[in-house]
Amino acid sequence: MSESGSYSLEHRLYLQKIRRRSRFVLGMQILLLFVLLGLWELAARLGWIDPFIFSSPSRCLAVLGRMFADGSIWPHIGRTMLETVIGFVLGTVLGFLVAVALWCSDTAQRIFDPYLVVLNSLPKIALGPVIIVWVGAGMGSIVVVTLLISIVVTIIGVLNGFQEVEAEKILLLRTFGANRWQILSRVILPASLPTTISVLKINVGMSWVGVIVGEYLCSKAGLGYLIIYGGQVFKMDLVMGSVLLLCVLAAAMYYLVALLEKGIGRRLDD
Amino acid sequence: MRAETLAPLLEMEKVSMFYHTPQGETAALSDISFQLEKGAFLAIVGPSGCGKSTILSLIAGLLRPSAGEIRIAGEPVGEGISPLVGYMLQHDHLFPWCTVWDNVLLGLKIRGEVKPEQKERVAALLEQYGLADFRNSLPRHLSGGMRQRAALIRTLALEPELLLLDEPFSALDYQTRLRVSDDIGTIIRSQGKTAVLVTHDISEAISMADRVLVLSARPGRIRYQERICLSSSSARVLEKRQAPEFAACFDRIWKELNGDV
Repeated sequence: MSESGSYSLEHRLYLQKIRRRSRFVLGMQILLLFVLLGLWELAARLGWIDPFIFSSPSRCLAVLGRMFADGSIWPHIGRTMLETVIGFVLGTVLGFLVAVALWCSDTAQRIFDPYLVVLNSLPKIALGPVIIVWVGAGMGSIVVVTLLISIVVTIIGVLNGFQEVEAEKILLLRTFGANRWQILSRVILPASLPTTISVLKINVGMSWVGVIVGEYLCSKAGLGYLIIYGGQVFKMDLVMGSVLLLCVLAAAMYYLVALLEKGIGRRLDD
Repeated sequence: MRAETLAPLLEMEKVSMFYHTPQGETAALSDISFQLEKGAFLAIVGPSGCGKSTILSLIAGLLRPSAGEIRIAGEPVGEGISPLVGYMLQHDHLFPWCTVWDNVLLGLKIRGEVKPEQKERVAALLEQYGLADFRNSLPRHLSGGMRQRAALIRTLALEPELLLLDEPFSALDYQTRLRVSDDIGTIIRSQGKTAVLVTHDISEAISMADRVLVLSARPGRIRYQERICLSSSSARVLEKRQAPEFAACFDRIWKELNGDV
């Protein structure tokens, strides 16, 4: 590294140690992935497990490769991504707005508190059949399930963030004669931004749960559909392949939000 | 500047205050009366929980008294903050996500009074009190003393007549605290402001104020008053502590404060 030239030897060694440590961690992460996949493959090849039931990495890749090659995978990926993004955005935006509304009125907060508690502990999947009857089998139902799952978490998480803002900061604004809207925009929103972002991160996971569960209930396309369909016709290669694809997509979306967090964090830091 | 110079800037008349909680009723203040002339500096000391800070909240209009009346420049304090009042809290509460400049303009922005001449005046304050170079820095790059000065400029930006200081130095370490109380005291005097300082530090009260009120334990009553006349000619808070009368004054207030125990 050229910029390390001006540092003392001790500091250069220290930096080197840090770099070596993170290279080691990354190396081990990749190695672990290959060891697991390799063991799985080996076990299937040597007949320790039945590849018809347990599938194997090469069989998964073969199925996925075929579907990518003839393009038949894209509608499924597209559908699932679309549902996830719509559910995520709707759940986040609506949940945020409800949290703001509840913050505005202590009385409203007290009135709605038990309802939020019940909604939060209720497994939303229990409402699945109701939603299908009301909204109709299709994308609408899936989005609604996703929305239901992410909105409650958003409301509770964001509202908690609002309430954790120091009372004295609010008092300071009141001494300037600020109204409620000014208190919200000048203190509450910026001060609770880190909490809001971490709610977003949780919501990404919640949205995937909602979409896959929704697709299990009623769908004609999507990765959840491929998984449930593959299970029904005993194509375990398709099931495992779809799950692997899901891992990649969910991780990508999570890191996207994490990147956003980093960007905002940097703006706040400097 | 103001026409009503005849009336005292601040009048408290037989003010009492009760706090209500589901557990019961607590008498916080009882029969507090005093007046403050324009340009005066009053310090209020008292045991913790005696309602010192409550007095400031009442003057500011953040709380309504259970009985009695408070007038600022002849006008009764009603619901809401009087524009004549500037409040300084225990912590500076500079927003970490804003630059020093945006922080000191906060009050003006909230009142919708950010005009070029106001900005110029605030910039001059920053210049005068050694923060001009830090205008675009974030608060965490400032020392404790500089932060407190920035907080004072944020308050002064609104041109208050009456400054309410609620233990504004108690969060600072001892050395910084001496220096900052010196700074802030000098600034307030040079700006010709009237101030009420709540503190539990007797030395701070004597060295900054020209009058000290001692409150009794809850419910707070005015137990004792002392006019501070130190022979030290200097306005500097630190030098005032060297004045020969300082020790005797400290002892009298100390005895009154501890009479309750």
